[in-house]
Amino acid sequence: MRVALFVTCMVDVLEPDVGVATVRVLRAAGCDVSCPDGQTCCGQPAWNAGAADAAATVARTTLDALHAALHDPADPAEVVVVPAGSCATMIRVFWPELFELVGDHDAAERARLVGARTRELSELLAERSLPPLRMPATRVAYHHSCHLLRELRVHDQPEALLDRVEGCERVEWGAAERCCGFGGLFSMKLPEVSVAMADDKLASLAEAGAGAGAGAGAELLVSADGSCLLHLRTRAEHEGRPVRTAHLAQVLAAALDGRDPRVAP
Amino acid sequence: MSGEHLLPGTTLRDRTAAATGDVRLRGSLARALRHFGHGRERALADLDDPDGLRHAARAVRADILADLPAILERLADRFEANGGQVFWAADAAEANGHIAGIARRIGARRVVKSKSMASEETGLNEALARAGCSVVETDLGEWIIQLAHETPSHIIAPAVHRDRYQAAEALQTAAGDRTLDPDPAKLAAFARETLRAEYLRADLGVSGVNLGVAETGSLVLVTNEGNASLTMGVPRVHVAVMGMERVTATWEQCELLLSLLARSATGQQLSAYTDIVSGPRRAGEADGPDEVHLVILDNGRSDVLASELHEILACIRCGACLNVCPVYRQVGGHAYGWVYSGPVGAVLTPLLASEHPEAAELANASTLCGACMDACPVGIPLQDLLLSLRRRRAERAGSAERAAWRAWAEAWGRPAGYRTSTRALARGRAAARWAHLLPGLSRWTEGRAAPVPARRTFRERWDAGEV
Repeated sequence: MRVALFVTCMVDVLEPDVGVATVRVLRAAGCDVSCPDGQTCCGQPAWNAGAADAAATVARTTLDALHAALHDPADPAEVVVVPAGSCATMIRVFWPELFELVGDHDAAERARLVGARTRELSELLAERSLPPLRMPATRVAYHHSCHLLRELRVHDQPEALLDRVEGCERVEWGAAERCCGFGGLFSMKLPEVSVAMADDKLASLAEAGAGAGAGAGAELLVSADGSCLLHLRTRAEHEGRPVRTAHLAQVLAAALDGRDPRVAP
Repeated sequence: MSGEHLLPGTTLRDRTAAATGDVRLRGSLARALRHFGHGRERALADLDDPDGLRHAARAVRADILADLPAILERLADRFEANGGQVFWAADAAEANGHIAGIARRIGARRVVKSKSMASEETGLNEALARAGCSVVETDLGEWIIQLAHETPSHIIAPAVHRDRYQAAEALQTAAGDRTLDPDPAKLAAFARETLRAEYLRADLGVSGVNLGVAETGSLVLVTNEGNASLTMGVPRVHVAVMGMERVTATWEQCELLLSLLARSATGQQLSAYTDIVSGPRRAGEADGPDEVHLVILDNGRSDVLASELHEILACIRCGACLNVCPVYRQVGGHAYGWVYSGPVGAVLTPLLASEHPEAAELANASTLCGACMDACPVGIPLQDLLLSLRRRRAERAGSAERAAWRAWAEAWGRPAGYRTSTRALARGRAAARWAHLLPGLSRWTEGRAAPVPARRTFRERWDAGEV
């Protein structure tokens, strides 16, 4: 399967290892991966701030790149894959709305075409077979990022992928579906509330899986959105209680070799 | 709006920052909201098809709003035919003036009230006090905050921010020499005993309206304490204050909404008391008021109805969006600065209190996590409405913010500009400039470690054939 990777600006600049892991896992799942030229950002920061014109200007650039990849006469990609629930949501749900709003009906039409063929990474991987996956025994808590959960309704797929990894002990976590407090610019507009929300989430992490008997508390926090993990990790670091985090792609990529995702390759 | 007690020149950030520092407040909120949340989930799970009901409720509310003027006219006509009197109030001042006029005409000195958010919105208690009346709130939570000189911090649980010791402290001011035990049952018994005397002495009863039913010209009030029954039933004259959107055309619609209201609010199948008043006491009836007045309050709602944000008027004030909102959970209702809090308040306040520039920033009081939309029993797209409000605000934003977004779009709207800036970030050269580009970025490090850009971007590694 030919897939076009939209790597996202956040992964590109702050978490390139997530991009590398994504490519590795996709290849292991039998995908032929391209990373179309011309992509920049999905425009979400500006869209969420109400700056629709700025959002459209940036989103149109990425739309052009992804549309071209899907319609390359020589070697068209079948799907666009995004290693971030939030950016996948921007493309599938908000792009058509954004372009209609700024009066660019042509872009809106193309956005609908691209959106219909855009998959968040765990959605795509859940439908593919992967080589055997294993990791050293680790208690893992999965954080459902809000856009992935409530806009794209992706709930079971990331958990099912983790459950395919031998050694991954997924723990029950009462706060798994609660917002981490990142919210893009929210984290900067209301920093005190944002960190209070992170603290709530981090505090409950220590109790995750408590009902299951011995060995309560998660050793690794996993999500399909790097931005949530960045927020939670940097908050914990600031408080001097570092928490191990890994993007789902990083867990799966490490598990291809039986490695511990908490240790950099 | 009345503007008397709210949004007093503070910023949203000031208020929320103060609230997050209040450990006791956060403890009270977490306890109460966990309780409400579990109740709601259980109550909805009992239904055969909760989502089907919610879709039906959304459609019903949309139909009602589409035909609102006609439904309101019908309600008013029937209510008058039943012997009630109707007053259409364009704003808070008109509503308060009319009610104070009734109080003066009947020589009222003592007023009992059952909880009403619409009259909180108009600042009715202050207006009645100026007209020489003493007003006693009879909903226990509302009475507690009245005694503490506070405003409600939750749509259905006005004193949710106070623990039982703080509740006892407030009630102590009404207990005189008697020392109150902070046991909830004993506090409730004290309130019952004290308030009963107030009902008997009151000249005027004031209530809100949960739903007006046009079909029969009836007003429906739900409570769990029965205080609305006594407020309506005991004093000689009753005034009900209703936001103009709080109506249904038929009893069938009302029944559907009531079943979702109680389940969404407190996890009950139905509230403990559902009172219906269709007019004054008729000849031969044992109780009920001699006069019943309905005040239909516009106060900016007509403008909202005509705008792209009209769906917010579908709200039935169950409070479910507050209970699930992770922001509300941290800061409580007072941080929202006006009568309505939580996600619904973040939409309603900028609309109804639009003359206060501070109100517009409430649209930022959300991470857009969507939990409120999932919980709303009438399917209000709260997240979309918040985004609409943010766009309105951005259009009026100062030139610095607009210029920042233009500069960002100029850079990242071109692949070459994007590459230049991301490479510069990776080399650690652009941090200062970056902070300029995205407004408020410097606030990240208030409470969080600074993220460190990777030495080389993914795209550089990809282009070098290393991936």
